[in-house]
Amino acid sequence: MKYEAVIGLEVHAQLLTETKIFCGCSTKFGSEPNTQTCPICIGMPGVLPVLNKKALEFVIKTGLAMNCRISPYSRFARKNYFYPDLPKGYQISQYELPICEHGFIEIIVNGEMKKIGITRIHIEEDAGKNIHEGTGNYSFVDLNRTGVPLMEIVSEPDIRSPQEASEYMKKLRAILRYLGVCDGNMEQGSLRCDANVSIRPEGQKEYGTRTEVKNINSFKFVEKALEYEIKRQIKVLEEGGKVIQETRLWDSTKGITESMRGKEEAHDYRYFPEPDLVPMIVERKWIDEIKSSLPELPDVKRERFVSEYGLPEYDADLLTDEKPLADWYEEATASYSLSVSGPKIISNWVKGELTRLLNEESKTIEECPLRPEQLADMLRLIDKGTISGKIAKIVFEEMYKTGKDAEEIVKEKGLIQITDESAIEKAVDEVISKNPKEVARFKAGEEKLMGFFVGQVMKLTKGKANPQMVNELLKKKLS
Amino acid sequence: MKISKEEVEHIAKLARLSLSGEEKELFGSQLSSILDYMEKLNELDTRDIEPTSHVLSLSDVMRDDTLRHSIPREDALMNAPDHTDKFYRVPKIIE
Repeated sequence: MKYEAVIGLEVHAQLLTETKIFCGCSTKFGSEPNTQTCPICIGMPGVLPVLNKKALEFVIKTGLAMNCRISPYSRFARKNYFYPDLPKGYQISQYELPICEHGFIEIIVNGEMKKIGITRIHIEEDAGKNIHEGTGNYSFVDLNRTGVPLMEIVSEPDIRSPQEASEYMKKLRAILRYLGVCDGNMEQGSLRCDANVSIRPEGQKEYGTRTEVKNINSFKFVEKALEYEIKRQIKVLEEGGKVIQETRLWDSTKGITESMRGKEEAHDYRYFPEPDLVPMIVERKWIDEIKSSLPELPDVKRERFVSEYGLPEYDADLLTDEKPLADWYEEATASYSLSVSGPKIISNWVKGELTRLLNEESKTIEECPLRPEQLADMLRLIDKGTISGKIAKIVFEEMYKTGKDAEEIVKEKGLIQITDESAIEKAVDEVISKNPKEVARFKAGEEKLMGFFVGQVMKLTKGKANPQMVNELLKKKLS
Repeated sequence: MKISKEEVEHIAKLARLSLSGEEKELFGSQLSSILDYMEKLNELDTRDIEPTSHVLSLSDVMRDDTLRHSIPREDALMNAPDHTDKFYRVPKIIE
């Protein structure tokens, strides 16, 4: 039988505020344990939480970017459970009346656009961190993360394959990073993904029993964890069994999901409206202000890169994945507006050499030592015939490594292209006289040897000879 | 409305309370009478009345995203039943 997967994702994103959601403690990652807490976030009696306005703004911003309806009236709820990383014995979250509802984002899978519904986006506080390893018969608790603002983005069960889930996560991350509301780092836990997965025979309307897969803590595991879980469920059904509704943990070293069996308490959170926090009434005027501050989002930018710069979809997709890269590209393109093919040439340099050099040092575009104008200046040197395209790669790498301008490097290293016909002729003559056998074979009709001769001349001139002139002279001399 | 012994035990478990048999009896009947009173309140017609989640008619009390000093680690940890010099210490959570 053929099965279809039904997947819904719950994504937790840490908001990039300076301070926690209900107190003024820092949200900085990686500080000494238990140095960023106060009576409010560690739940001392008698304290009162006060909402960080920026956190609410970030959630509204995200909701608008994901085509949600922003609730004019919204409130907090207490979710009650006991765990050592939760000092109050409850998490302040939202239950009914979340801030954002009924949105969607668009993903592209196999060249086709698909809408994935967003059920809701709500705001809540993060819990602390438990440490279980190397702690003997104890667990250690660090409450620095307690009270860091989170938003939970819940999708509709619209996702039908691990690949779609991965595309959804990529798009979500791109939007969050464009908005500057979350850094999207899954490895550090600032973006976390839980998946609700079920399968059903193809064509069946009713959903199958679902499991919740947790602990997918890296981008590369989104697809793997879901693929495993779908296969596992199919196997259970084919062997005549039943899928049990449960929470399963993804184990990345074993590459499997495992049942949490009994380690989890019954879900009985006894939500009720949070009495310590007053409701949020979001005024239209504020929503409009936030709306007008939204940056151009990845989808719109990608389409514009295609229409404005005439780039292939593939290029536009790569260049708009990260806003700083798109900005770098656009600045380079703006300062190099010589020809219609300019945008594509720059795209090739950015996708090719620049990305290669950045990857070598695991640097992001924000840490790129090269300014966009420097690439434009170098391209103009090619246009003027000062350097060849081949030499340009050397110049580019040198610019990247030293920060010097192209012209300076060309002068220093003597990389100026040889366009003097007599000098090139001399080299051509030398190559011909040194390789009589090849010359004979060429004359006997082995035309592909032309490449060999060009290569020899370039080698002799250290790559500096104008390739076109080399070609022409060789043809003339060998015919 | 009668609250069963099992329900009392479930609620006690969720609240991490251990109750004696007598207490289960006592709290069971007290919880039942609280719910009976709720039933009484339910007799009121509240169709046109907005639900109240807060007694104060306030909304949008917010603060700016500005940093304030946290408290020294020793001060935070001293309130806990058990701790090391850097962490709160609890019985092993995952075996």
